[in-house]
Amino acid sequence: MTAIEILSGILVILGSLSIIVGLLGVYRMPDFFTRLHAASVIDTLGTILILFGLILYAGLNIVSIKLLLILIFILITTPTAAHALAKSALHGKLKPMTDDD
Amino acid sequence: MSNYDIFFHKISLIISLALLWLMLSGHYTPLLLLLGLLSVLAVTIISSRMKLITYDQPILQLYFIRFIPYGFWLLIQVIKSNIDVCRRILNPKLPISPRLISLKSSQSSSFARMVYANSITLTPGTISIDLDGSNIEVHSLSLEGAEGLKTGKMDKKITDSEAQPYV
Repeated sequence: MTAIEILSGILVILGSLSIIVGLLGVYRMPDFFTRLHAASVIDTLGTILILFGLILYAGLNIVSIKLLLILIFILITTPTAAHALAKSALHGKLKPMTDDD
Repeated sequence: MSNYDIFFHKISLIISLALLWLMLSGHYTPLLLLLGLLSVLAVTIISSRMKLITYDQPILQLYFIRFIPYGFWLLIQVIKSNIDVCRRILNPKLPISPRLISLKSSQSSSFARMVYANSITLTPGTISIDLDGSNIEVHSLSLEGAEGLKTGKMDKKITDSEAQPYV
């Protein structure tokens, strides 16, 4: 195993761990909106780490360019989806739990 | 928009689609290249018939380039706030104090405002839940996240990149 393969393995494992942390957060958070925050850990840190690990493993070729494009598209589409979910929840009269004091 | 502008937009759309096709395909035999050319032309004809090539930005296909330096800054912020949210999740006491705040965005184009709202949502701990003109309603997981947005640093960075002269 070369150093780059070990590094990409570490990145993929860290990404998987952050997905587990995100799942734990979705389970622990008290209401819909706070659960969305926990889910965005999965969308961002999980995908960034796993795809960066795979890009390192693939080296510089057509596969890594495709993986980079996948990463960019995921980083554009997941906030859009989260915003759509939050907005429709708010317009569906779901009151966010607040802690203003 | 003049005819010349629309022609220029069509050419730039064809070039960027062809580059994307060449990048994704990886097969360069005559038959597949011909099929790629046909699909690029079909997409261009369909989008001009749908009147999608009359966009109010200067050259849609290159407009995003001015936001690339901002993207690297955003990546660092995303990783920082990810670590913060992960800490809160793993803390047995679950130290969260969710709140709603209202922000003013100072961008002039709708594209830059979209970049701002999407950046807020992409950063864990803050979600933009409603947009009304230049007002953005934000749901924040913690007081620190809300205070961080209220300093307006992210807003200023996007407005600065929007105002850059090139492209």
